[in-house]
Formats: sequence, structure tokens, C-alpha cells
Amino acid sequence: MRKVLIGNVAIAEAVKLARVEVISAYPITPQTIIVEKLAEMVDSGELNAKYIRVDSEHSALAAVYGASAGGSRVFTATSSHGLLYMYEMLWWIANSRLPVVMSVVTRSLGPPWNIHTDHQDALTIRDAGWIIGFAENVQEVFDMTLQAYKISEDKRVLLPSIIALDGFILSHTAEPLEIPSQSEVDGWLPPREPLPFVMKPGESFAVGNLGPDEVTMELRWYIWRAMERAKKIIEDVDKEYGELTGREYGGLTEKYRVDDADYIVLGMGSWSGDMKEAIDVLRDEGYKVGLLRIRYVRPFPMEDILKYCVPAKAVLVYDRAVSMGYGGILAGEASSILRGKTPLKSVVAGLGGVDMRSEEFVDSIKRFIEEYEMDKDVEWLNTYWLLKGGGEG
Amino acid sequence: MEVKYRVSDIDSEGIVDAKMFREKLLSKPSNGSAGRTGTWRLYKPVISYDKCTKCGFCWLYCPDDVITWKPREYPVIDMEYCKGCGICADVCPVDAIEMVLEGE
Repeated sequence: MRKVLIGNVAIAEAVKLARVEVISAYPITPQTIIVEKLAEMVDSGELNAKYIRVDSEHSALAAVYGASAGGSRVFTATSSHGLLYMYEMLWWIANSRLPVVMSVVTRSLGPPWNIHTDHQDALTIRDAGWIIGFAENVQEVFDMTLQAYKISEDKRVLLPSIIALDGFILSHTAEPLEIPSQSEVDGWLPPREPLPFVMKPGESFAVGNLGPDEVTMELRWYIWRAMERAKKIIEDVDKEYGELTGREYGGLTEKYRVDDADYIVLGMGSWSGDMKEAIDVLRDEGYKVGLLRIRYVRPFPMEDILKYCVPAKAVLVYDRAVSMGYGGILAGEASSILRGKTPLKSVVAGLGGVDMRSEEFVDSIKRFIEEYEMDKDVEWLNTYWLLKGGGEG
Repeated sequence: MEVKYRVSDIDSEGIVDAKMFREKLLSKPSNGSAGRTGTWRLYKPVISYDKCTKCGFCWLYCPDDVITWKPREYPVIDMEYCKGCGICADVCPVDAIEMVLEGE
């Protein structure tokens, strides 16, 4: 079926098709429409799920934690400050290995009060043990949400997933969307197995009781291994979903005109579309440049970054999030993998929803290439800020 | 450069891992599942059975369920697991329980 839907409603459709059994959420812009739409679906009987209303995001995640420990397939969604308020429960869920799926509609953190997108909120939870995916468009948001259940519930993974989408740019923008039928999804996504454990009335056990210190460390090691295995599972699920729907994205990364590229651009989220337009323009002008789009931040696509960035002359990373006192977050991650093998320039832009048009990508990519061509030993030690109204670039 | 995964046989390893972490993460309630908590005790409760009225308050209030008691019977404290919190001595309506420093 083909429909024109905004990102938030597309997610609700994916959650319905996944036959989610328990939903709990607390409203926050720009996420609210997802859970409003799901509430309507539950109310009308279109979706047979329990909808738990709560007093906060912390409680929302606690509620789905309990429901997931009880064996249900669950969903919640949040944004920005709501995600930060969930922070403690994020660790409880990952450390308990429960396959919870959550949408994070990315939004800047205040002050100043700002409801528009950057990636700062979703990247604060990098280290919590969740699989974290970033979508480029509404179709991919829908596809990644459905795939998240298959990946998280795989018995070789058993880790929670977050699918991040840019606030307003994807959450509130209508795009054509291909929706598979319920029977197609049912054939591909079976009901959740009772894994990793199911709490039932009458069967008493405790999750994560006090124990020897060595047990804590050993449990972290199992999460580490599961995250490593998840790389392959994400690729496999992407391929089999591609066979089902005709849409295959490339696993942990999307490779856009990178095969013969001298210069690699790294980025993620909705502005990757503008980057692709910029790359097409630059290719027409003779610049050999390609985009390696990060689809999953965790597990991080180290192998792809090495494969495509080491043979390149230089790498340019656009970040919509910054680690104060260090640099662009994605740039920091990529350069720690490259370890100086390829020169890397870190650019921070688009914070607080500041728009970046494809022409601005053309200009800044050209400038990066010229800098490198003029001085092949260039070391971009600074993090460059693209400030609108005057700034470094 | 070829893409390689560090975990070679991911199917079997994944299933073994799932079993292992379940064993470590989950625990069944049982006597002393947190160890011999009696060793934490500084003061031990001592019941004077000549004063005790068999009311069962100590059994009711014990937060660690280490006191056994039945109606019309004297209570008995399991000193292997009693942490010596003193709640039983505090709630005893006839002051039949005294907290005595260990080793004295």
C-alpha cells in the first residue's frame, strides 16, 4: 500500500504492523503525534495493545521495562529532555537485556528553549548498551522501526533499540510511504519468543540481584559480545527485508558514490539527503567525493569506516552534536577508528535546527578539498563551527 | 580491505551467551541468597522466654523473615541470617528481647 504520511504517523503504522502489545509514553514535542496516533489505534480497536498512561518519561520507560520483562512486545517514544529524564531506566533495560524498541525524535536541549532538531539528545545515550539507528527519510524511519524488533529480539542480540529521526524535518513532513501488508509482516516478524526471560505470576525470581563484582563485569562483557554480533544481524535483517520489500539500505552504513571517491563525507540523519545532492553537483564539476552515511551509531560501523576512509585522501565529518571541550561526536568516533591514517576535518553545524542547504554543503565540501589540495600535510586540529551570521568554516 | 567480524560462529556463541547471562542475571529467592547475613550483626537479639507472651509481634515485624513463630508457641530467631537490626527488640510489647553486643 502507498500512502503519504508524516514520520510520526509512519512510526505508529510500523508499531501497529509489529503487533506491539504494550505501549507507554509521556508526550513531548516533536514526538507527541506518534503516541497520540497509537492511542487512537488502541481506542478504535485497530491495534490490540495495552496503553499505559504515566506521569513522566522515567515512568514510561519503567512501565515498558516491566511489560517487556513480562514477555510483551513493547514500544515507547520520546524526545530531548524526555530522553534525558529516562536516562536511568535506559541502563536498567539494556543491562537486563530486554528487547525494548523506542523512537527518539531528535530535538535540541535547552536552554535556550528550542524544539528543533539536532542529534545531541540521542547521542547522550551512546554508551548505555542500546542499538542506535539514525534514519534519513520517512520510509527509512518506518523500515528501521519494523526491523528494530527483528534485530532486538534475535536471540543472538537481545538488546534494546532506538531509532532516531530528525524532529520536524522527518517527524512532521509528509512523504510517500510504501507500507507492507499485515500478512507480509506477520510472515517475516514472528511473535516475540520468551527471551531472555519472562516473569510470570507465581514464579518468583529477581533480576540483577546484588552479587560478586566479577559478575557485573562478566555481564557487561556479554553485552559487548552481543553488540559485536548485532553488526551481522543488522546486515542480515536489512538484506531479508530488502527481499521482502525491495528496499535494502546497506546495513550499518549507506554507501553513496564512495567506490572511487578521493574524499569521503561522513554524516547521518535527514540532512544526508542534502549532502547527496551536494555530492551530485560536485561530481558533475569533477570532484571525486562520496558520502558514507552512518545508519547505526551503535554498534559503530568501524569496518566500513576503515574500508572506505583509509584509501581516501581526506575525510570530512558533519556533526549535528558536539562534545564540549572535545569536538564533533561523530568526528571523534571516526577519528578514533582511523587513528591518523587519513586526515579528518570535523565540522559542527545545524545545532538547534539551524538549516543547512545543499548549496552550503557544496561550498563547505569544496573549501575542505581546496584546503587539502593546497597543503597535503594539513592537520585540522580544530573543530570548525558553521555559525549562521558569521563563524568559522 | 575485507570486512571481518571478530566473532566467527555467532549463532552458537549467541545462544551460549544468552544462557550464561541469564544464569548470572537472574536469582531465585532462597535462604541466604545474599550470603550469611548473620555475620553483619553487631548486636544480637536475646529473648527472655520467661517474659515472652508468645504474641508474635517480633515475627510480624522482622524485615528479613528470620523469626519462626506459630500461635501459642515461642518465637525462635535464625542467627545464621539475623542482621541484628533490633526491630524485634523495639516492637516487643513486654521488653522480652535485649540487644547484646556480640562477643560479650
